[in-house]
Order: sequence, then structure tokens, then C-alpha cells
Amino acid sequence: MTDPVKSVPIPGGLPHEHGAVGQSVTRYGGVDRVSGGQRFLADLSFPGAAQVALVTIPLGCADILGIDTSLAARLPGVLAVVTAEDLPQPVPRFGVSHQDRPVLATGRVNYHGEPVAAVVAETLDAAQAAVRAVRVDYRELPGVYTLDEALAPGAHLVQDQSIRPDDPKRDSNVLKDAHYAWGDLAAAQQRTEAVVEHVYTFPMVTHFPIEPGGTVVVPTDEGGLDVYSPVQHPYLLQRTVASLLQLPLNKVRVFAPDPGGGFGGKQNPKYEPLMSFLAQRTRRTCRLVLSLEETFQAMRRAGCRIKARTGFTRQGEITFHELDADYLIGAYADVAPRVMAKGSYVGGGPYRIPAVRITARAVLSNTTPSTAFRGFGSPQMAWGTESQLDAGARVLGLDGLQVRRRNLVARGEAFIRGDHQATADGDWAQSLEKAAELVGWHEPLKPNRGRGIAVGIKPGATSGLSQSLVRLLYDGSAIVYAGTSDMGQGARTLWQQIVADELGTPVDQVNVVSGDTGAVPFDLQTSASRSTVFMGTAVIEACADIRRRILDLYAETTGVPAGELDERPGVLVTADREMPLVEAAREALGPLRGEFIGQGVSRLRGRSGHPLGGDAAFYEFNCTAIEVEVDPETGELLLTRHVSVGDVGRELNPIQVVSQDEGASIMGLGHSQMEQVLVDEHGRIRNLGALDYRIPTFKDVPVELVTAAVENHDGPGPYGSKGISEGALLCTAGALGAAVAQATGVVVRDLPLTPERVWSAIRAANADRSAAPRPE
Amino acid sequence: MSPAQADEDPLTTTSTVTVNGTARIVTAPAHRSLLEGLRDILGLTGTKSCCAEGECGACTVLLDGKAVNSCLVLCVESDGHEVTTIEGLSECGPTDLQEEFLNAGAVQCGFCIPGQVMSAEYLLRTNPAPSEPEIREALSGNLCRCGGYARIVAAVKETAARRAGDHD
Ligand code: FES
Ligand code: FES
Repeated sequence: MTDPVKSVPIPGGLPHEHGAVGQSVTRYGGVDRVSGGQRFLADLSFPGAAQVALVTIPLGCADILGIDTSLAARLPGVLAVVTAEDLPQPVPRFGVSHQDRPVLATGRVNYHGEPVAAVVAETLDAAQAAVRAVRVDYRELPGVYTLDEALAPGAHLVQDQSIRPDDPKRDSNVLKDAHYAWGDLAAAQQRTEAVVEHVYTFPMVTHFPIEPGGTVVVPTDEGGLDVYSPVQHPYLLQRTVASLLQLPLNKVRVFAPDPGGGFGGKQNPKYEPLMSFLAQRTRRTCRLVLSLEETFQAMRRAGCRIKARTGFTRQGEITFHELDADYLIGAYADVAPRVMAKGSYVGGGPYRIPAVRITARAVLSNTTPSTAFRGFGSPQMAWGTESQLDAGARVLGLDGLQVRRRNLVARGEAFIRGDHQATADGDWAQSLEKAAELVGWHEPLKPNRGRGIAVGIKPGATSGLSQSLVRLLYDGSAIVYAGTSDMGQGARTLWQQIVADELGTPVDQVNVVSGDTGAVPFDLQTSASRSTVFMGTAVIEACADIRRRILDLYAETTGVPAGELDERPGVLVTADREMPLVEAAREALGPLRGEFIGQGVSRLRGRSGHPLGGDAAFYEFNCTAIEVEVDPETGELLLTRHVSVGDVGRELNPIQVVSQDEGASIMGLGHSQMEQVLVDEHGRIRNLGALDYRIPTFKDVPVELVTAAVENHDGPGPYGSKGISEGALLCTAGALGAAVAQATGVVVRDLPLTPERVWSAIRAANADRSAAPRPE
Repeated sequence: MSPAQADEDPLTTTSTVTVNGTARIVTAPAHRSLLEGLRDILGLTGTKSCCAEGECGACTVLLDGKAVNSCLVLCVESDGHEVTTIEGLSECGPTDLQEEFLNAGAVQCGFCIPGQVMSAEYLLRTNPAPSEPEIREALSGNLCRCGGYARIVAAVKETAARRAGDHD
């Protein structure tokens, strides 16, 4: 679109004109995925494995008075019935931000579905029969299931103070808070000509991967464990299990079959520690495949309430923005404090605001531990902030596009000020303008229709490490070892494309090994849309390493002085010609054959003192514009057009970018339109399972679903790319809310925008109107 | 259909099912679903399990040529019937439909895809030139959390066109 910006060296340089990068290369492993050959966790065969089933109680909060396993243990086929008492004492706890989660509930159940015991049996039928025979005595406690309950004075404390003895907030349910502030609020208020103040809510939603997940643990002859789990972070799992069971890292080998959908829900350890103890105790292979209901009880996104107060000048310039946000997290921290801190860090949005005050809290409750979920805390804040921009625009007689044009930062301009400033790393206005154009912002509207436009921003990873190895074999084919989990984003396809261009090997002669900590070098994690940038760079480096090695060995073998040689992607340059690299490699290796092994490392050190641990490697930026038709009789929404435009840096594989963008758009419609985990007064999830918890289906796809990308080759990743997998759901809710408001004249501030909710709002507004003639 | 009761255990049933063209004997507890029979007893793991209550379509197979959720069919109910699974459909490599799934970028994590392919294949066999609303309706029982719906619709349309000879 515009000239590439070359402020930072671009790994791999600019894209090769006729290379594999930039092509819609067909997904690696695609044929297996369409033909049923792809082996997910539950498809792996472990002959003679023992089956595991979990014992739970139907309450969100209760003291466990006793567990009688005697009858269950005597049933045929039962190998062990394990409770917290059978584990090392005190019961080991784990977690990424706090070590607060016990391997099995100990003394108390803190959320609906928290296992109190596990049965290991020869067959699943036997295990399930034994689960029914375990007798748990418990007494219900007055658990806290909502923000109001959790924050009320004298509220039941979700976590015993002894779990966080050094935490000054241990006497409340606030696990962590964050404060970001800049600018002179009083001066900003002086200039203010309009103020809007509202409260917004964002529901708890669950990941609902179509693959429910599970874990298999195999005890090895050497006293170690092979842990199979479809996780996004195999190396974190390895470290967690090793430390809990006091084993060296090399004795814990994690095999991570491709997750059948992760979305953040399969990042952090859940039942793997328990399964490891069971396998160690029984010396048997232990297999647990979760039901969808159990999966609902293992992962969710934090709900959120955002109180917002925003000032504007008459022209629509934002003068100040105050946010007070409470994230309702679960009974254990998981990564929720970081979700809150990272989401609220960008809570003010990508705008030029002179004075900002943001306070956010992660509030514990007796519900499913909330964890990472695509967007990682940003969609919640964007719902509040984007809706506030539209509220201001309505008061001032502007439209959603105008108010955003006026306030959106330009490249290089700060949108977060103060000590931890962040500046725009893209020409974000291009995405805004493109989305407006594609949605037909200025076209006349049909009756009952409305349009909304919103922008979303999310910080990428703030530190990280990816290591990779590439082997160039004698015949010119190559093998990449890269620990990224391929959960649908198609990471391995990118590694193929990169290696093809960097080494001059055909794409179909590159294969990728991943999902095995015993064979593949360290990778921090597959999250935050980081892999293209981090692992992609490591793969490029490994290829460059190979090229240098080829040059050196070629010099040694042929006697040509190394100083007379040069190398470039795919080529060795000699004094008189350019040789295909694979040819040079073969000549260099000579009759002994062998191979070249290259190593690549991509490391981003954090910055101490930064509230997020460092500056984001890049920002994901998206603009979503929606046209909706609302049926005033039923409140039903028909999305006539949905446009998502991402600032992607460079599309390395355009069709994969489209897939990610469309997928995130649809997922965004889920939490905007229909999804919501409902918890009753006993903390029980009322809509557990696919029957009662609705996610978008084919029928919910907008009539026109349009995605587009802005490419300025300005990302820190390979060939100027950025991460792109989350953008399209960051601001879906804001765009939809504004569209519904325009179509109906009523503003709904609670998600999801279900037909009932929209219909009730329309009805209430009509009743108001007929009750009191409005002075116009 | 009266499946023979296995002698040793009154709760165990034996059914003869033609799976992907071959007669197979399935001996299973009476409450086992066809999905479990295919996966756990016959080792045909291409058919996936998610909700186990007929709501997601991951387990779709053809029973006597008709798309069904195999988690809602008991093994014994398939006695004497013909079942086609994703493995059967793919016996000679990917079909045109499966190729179009890949070309369209419809495949992300892939977990829902075998079920999507079976439902789409059934649709195209019964309605070779479906309209977009007909495709959406026919596939509405197949969830894809990766959100590949629009890509899948494109793949089905392309296959229909290919089968009609619109393309070479
Ligand atoms: S597993 Fe059969 S419909 Fe979901
Ligand atoms: S491709 Fe992942 S659920 Fe459909």
C-alpha cells in the first residue's frame, strides 16, 4: 500500500519476489486433516492403558468433610481411587502466576467441577462406575459467584490467606490490581465540553474447542514420564510436571499432539500434574479424555465490568478517559492477573488522549479458573472504550468514523504515555479507512439497519524465546525442528515456506517436527500471536546459519578461498557464478555425504520496571465494521455485512491470514451476540455443554463476511510480518453495539446482544417514549 | 433388527455392520454408540467425538448413505446396515470435496473437518447444486470453533461446480 518502512532490520530482508513466502501454500498436514488421518490426543492408541475418571461435586464452594472410597476401590477393575490425602503433603500446588492450584481439591472445593478424587481403572466403564461409588460428604459454603458478591464487605474469601501470605491483598478477593495514569486530569476537564459516563459488562465465555482434550501419562522404565497432552505450551508443561514430581527436565518428555483448537484454553497445565502423580503411583499408563462438559469446567474467559467516564471537546476530540474495570476471574490465578494487566494497559485504546486514568482489578470468585483466551483481556476493555467513543459521538452529532478519525494516533505517536509509553507501530488509519470503505459507510441505510465501526488493539509478546534447528539433508530436502504448536493457525506451513525461500528447497520437500520436548528445542509458548515473529525469526536464523556453514565447507572442500564466496537466500555466489545452494551443499559435503545443521535463536529480553515486563514486540491492530438489520418485533440481528481489516505487516500466506481473520471475526460474534456461561446461586454452571451453550453456527455467519489486510511490511517478524491471529475479535462487540444502536435507537451496554436483550431494550425505550413526551 | 446377544454377558451385543464396504463384527456393551464402536472397537479414529449428544456434528458418518451423528446411534442399531466413515470416503486419496476444503483454506485445527466433509458429501449427493442458504442449512449441525464456515461454504460451492463440469 505504501512504501515499506525500514526503521528496524527486517529478519530475512524483504520478501523474495517469486518465492514461496507470500503464496497461499496449502496447509502442512492438510491432507491428513481432511481425511481423518490426523491423530489428535484421543486418537492415539495406548494398548493396555488404564482409564481415569474424575470425581466432582455439584457445587461451586463447599468444605469437604470426608471422602469414602472404600466401596469404589473394591469394584472390579479398579486400580486406585486417589484423593488429596494420597498425594505428597502438603498437596502440591502449581500455576503460572501464583502457585495456588492444588493437584486435587484439598479440604475445600473452590469451583464447580474441581476434582476431589480420581479413579484409575482397567476400563472406562469400571472407572465411571467407581466414580459413582465414591461417597463425598460436604457442606456448602456461601461462595462468591459474581463481582458484587466477591467485592462485598465481609465476602467469603475464595483463597485462604495462607496461600498468599505475603500479599497485602490476601484479606480480599482482589488478587491483583493495575493502575495506569497520565496527563493532567483537571486541565483536561477544563477543556471538556461533553462527558459520557456508562457501565458496560462483558460475559464469561468458554473456549469450547471442538476437541475437548485430555492427557495420557506413560511411566518410563528409567523412572521418568512421557506426558501426552494437546497443549500450546509443551515446555511449560514439562517444567511444571518436572518440578511437581521433583524430576530433572530430561526425565519428563512432553508429546503435544496438535490441539484440535486451543484459543488460549490449552496453554497452561490443568490435569496433567494429577495424571502424572496417578501414573507414578500406579506404574501404569493413565489416560484421561475429557468430556465437553469437563472442558467447560476447565477453561473460560474472564467476564468484566467496565465503568467508564470520557470527556470530549465539541469537535469530538477526547480530552480525558477514566476506566475502572473489574475482571471476574476464577478460583485460581492461572494467567488471569496478566490478562487483566495486559488488557487494561491498552484499555484507553489507540487514541491520542491527554489525560487517562485506568484502574483494573482481577477479582477471584468460586468459578472456573479463567485463563488466556484469544484477545487476552483486550476485547473486554475495547467493549467499554469503543462504546464510549460512540456514546460521545452521538451526543456531539458525529458519527463513529468521524470520532475515530479525529482521535486515532498516527505512526510513531504515543497512545500510552508516561513512564511506560507505547507508540503506534503502524499506519492504523489505513485500516480504519479501508474498513469504512468496505462496509459502505456512506451508503444510504435501509430501514431497521445500522452500521458501526470500531478499532481494537492488543500488545504482542513483551519478552520471549524461540529456538529452532534446521537440517538440510544431502538430497536437498530439509527438516525443521520448531516447538510451535500447530493448533489451526498453520504455523508449520510458514516454516516450510521460509525454509523453501531461504535454502532454495521446494516447499513439499520441507517437513516439520514439533510437539516433542525430547526432540525439538525449546520454545517458550504458542500464544499472543507470537510464533510468526519469534519462531519465524529463529527459523530464518537457522537457515542463515546453514548457509554460512555451506560456504565454509565449500571453501574447505574445493579450495576456493572463503573470501571469494558469498551467500544469499537459496544461492552460493562464487567468483564466476551463482549456484543453487543445495547444489553447493552437495558439493561441499562430498562423497562422505552427511548434512548441514543450522541453529536459530530469537530472544526478546523484557524490560525491568515495565508493568508488562517489557515493551510489546508489536501491536495487533484491527478495524471491524458491521452493518446489521434488527427485527424490531423479535430483537433478532441479521448481520448483512461484516468487515475486518487487520494491520498485518505482510501476509506470509494470504489464505491462512483470511482463515484466521474470518475465524476470529466469527468468534467475536460469539461473545458479542450469544455466548455466556451462566452460573446459578450455588455456583453451578447452568449451561454446561453444547445443548445449552450456543456458539456461532453456519447460520450465524454474516451474509457478507469481508476481510482485508493492510500490508506495509513494517512488522518485526520475517519479511516485515506481524502476528495476526487475534485482531479480528478485539472490537467486534463495539462495532456490533454501535450498529444495533443506530438501527434501533437504543443502546445496549451488556453483552451478549441476544434477541431477548435487544427486544427488551427496544420495548423499554418505546414505553419510555409513550409515557413521557420528549422535549425535542 | 435383532442383534444376537452374546452368550457370556447379557449386556453385550454383537452386531454385523458393513463399514466402508467390509462386513465387521462389533461386540460391545449395549449402551455403546456407533461412534464408540467405530473409534474404540474398530480403531477408525477419523470420526471425532466432541459433545456426544448430537449437537456438534464432529461424529458425522453416512448410515445407509444418510448423514447421521454417530454418537446418537447405538452400535446395535447399525446391525445389518452400511456405514461410511471419513476413512472410507478417502480410500483412494482426497476426493474433490476434500481438495476444495484445502484450496479454500477451510481447514484450521481440523478437528471438525471429517464431520464437515461427511455432511457436505451427503448434501452434494442429495442436492448437487445447492444454493448458499441450502449449504448453510445442511451444515448447520456441524460446529467449527475455528470459524471456517465461510471457507467451507466456498469449498462446497466449488465442488458442486466441479462436479457439474463447470471446471476442468
Ligand atoms: S459428538 Fe456427535 S454430535 Fe457431537
Ligand atoms: S477447523 Fe477447528 S473446529 Fe473446525
